[in-house]
Amino acid sequence: MVSLFYFQLLSAGLFSIGLYGVLARRSAVLIVMSIELMLNAVNINLVAAASHLEGRGSFVNFDGQIIAIFIITIAAAEVGLALAIILRIYRNRATVNVDEIDIMKW
Amino acid sequence: MSWFLFILLAVLTLGGGLGVVLTRNVVHAALALLLSLVAVAGVYLVLYAEFLALVQVLIYGGAIIIVLLFAIMLTRGSEYPRISDNRQWPLAALAALGVLGVLMASFLIDPVENSEAQSPAFTDLANSLFTRWAIPFELASLVLLVALVGAIIIARTETDEG
Repeated sequence: MVSLFYFQLLSAGLFSIGLYGVLARRSAVLIVMSIELMLNAVNINLVAAASHLEGRGSFVNFDGQIIAIFIITIAAAEVGLALAIILRIYRNRATVNVDEIDIMKW
Repeated sequence: MSWFLFILLAVLTLGGGLGVVLTRNVVHAALALLLSLVAVAGVYLVLYAEFLALVQVLIYGGAIIIVLLFAIMLTRGSEYPRISDNRQWPLAALAALGVLGVLMASFLIDPVENSEAQSPAFTDLANSLFTRWAIPFELASLVLLVALVGAIIIARTETDEG
């Protein structure tokens, strides 16, 4: 049986990869993809904790899985909004390079 | 058997993630993301979360990847070869490794005792979702509605008004 620690390891690795993508990428679309990776890392952690710790302490009713469902829902909304904003910026400035989009920089 | 599956899926997940953050081609990045997300659905299956695996494939593998690909096609300019990583990428790698170290240390310092993964019954999940989590559930539907209407308003062009 795979123990909880290895799922936490996988989750931490995926989260770090996503963090690197958010910090190092220049294309706004790629940054959105990296955010999805980070959200998935969190989901793995939640689901693994829910499955392994069910019935212990405050872990009841597999609540981790339900929170993961909510995260997926919010992620879908987030992607829709983010891509609408990216499309809008592309139409106005003809770029999705986040280094060049500095109109809100003071 | 579950070890074999877990290692295979972990390699696919992390490999897909690395593909997303390292490749220079944006479409390849989207396909690597698809690989990673489907592998995460497999991880949910190893954890006996069948419903979540289904939702993951449907929403991430279906909807979100398609929307991302649409965005790539619509914003594809001559600039994509030029857009790769910014100059701070060594700092970004350092920050990512630091976060990885902190997370690993926290998981190692305070480990939970080993236990078997359990499988929830569908009826338990549904009961929980529609009783204890009923208000967040309704709020999530409202958030989705507002976000999608907002996305339509943001993305439409002015010329088709009226």
